[in-house]
Amino acid sequence: MIGRALIHAPATAKRGDIMEIKTLVSHVMESGYRIGVTGQPIPRDIIEDFVCTYNGEEVFRAKLYPAIAANPFISFFTVATESGTLTFSWTDQHGATRVQTAAITVE
Amino acid sequence: MHRIGHSRRRVLQAAGVLAGGALLHVSVRPAEATPEMMQDAVRAAIGEAPVKKGRVKLDLPPLVENGNSVPCTVSVDSPMTATDYVKAIHIFNEKNPQPNVISVKLCPRAGRANFSTRIRLADTQNITAIAEMADGSCWSDDIYVIVTLAACVEEPKP
Repeated sequence: MIGRALIHAPATAKRGDIMEIKTLVSHVMESGYRIGVTGQPIPRDIIEDFVCTYNGEEVFRAKLYPAIAANPFISFFTVATESGTLTFSWTDQHGATRVQTAAITVE
Repeated sequence: MHRIGHSRRRVLQAAGVLAGGALLHVSVRPAEATPEMMQDAVRAAIGEAPVKKGRVKLDLPPLVENGNSVPCTVSVDSPMTATDYVKAIHIFNEKNPQPNVISVKLCPRAGRANFSTRIRLADTQNITAIAEMADGSCWSDDIYVIVTLAACVEEPKP
């Protein structure tokens, strides 16, 4: 179950600017190595893929493993090329996806 | 009589050494990855390319109080032009249950070969970051991190 996602990206930028984009998504990232109170291992449940596209073109992709902390935070950079939409999507191991978008105006 | 007793002791000693050796050789699969598993993971990610030190900066606190969430930044010295850019950055660890931490794919549109995340560390260990360049060369940086409270092994809250 992928929870709410927070995006921190500039709303406006000059063409050619290098923008930092910060993302945070709510997820337990259960590693599968912990033992629960009943003595049974807690099943693995992690987000495996994160993709950012800029007007449909992929600009950043990450493959996550259980060694990523709960509520994955990822920040990265991209160049402001044109006005449009940044689309962020997280996919967990069961195939469930959360998509979040951010609009950007490039002058 | 003395001689027999002596030899029996020798035999028993030898048997003890053998038994001890046998015990030492009983292999138990460790709950943590080993440096060899990390090397395998590195080869699975980047192939047989030689890895050189430099151009990569892995930024982690050298002393970590809580291994459950450790801020981690990787930056690579690259102009990020259409022909000379960083294709991918991988982070590996030696002693978590799994050797992989994260693999990111970049393109020239990134502008800057730099990303941050928060990772889990199960033990005091070496962390390695490897960057794959567009020309196929690989560069790395590693850092030794001391962890006082480990991740992955703590009991969940009831």
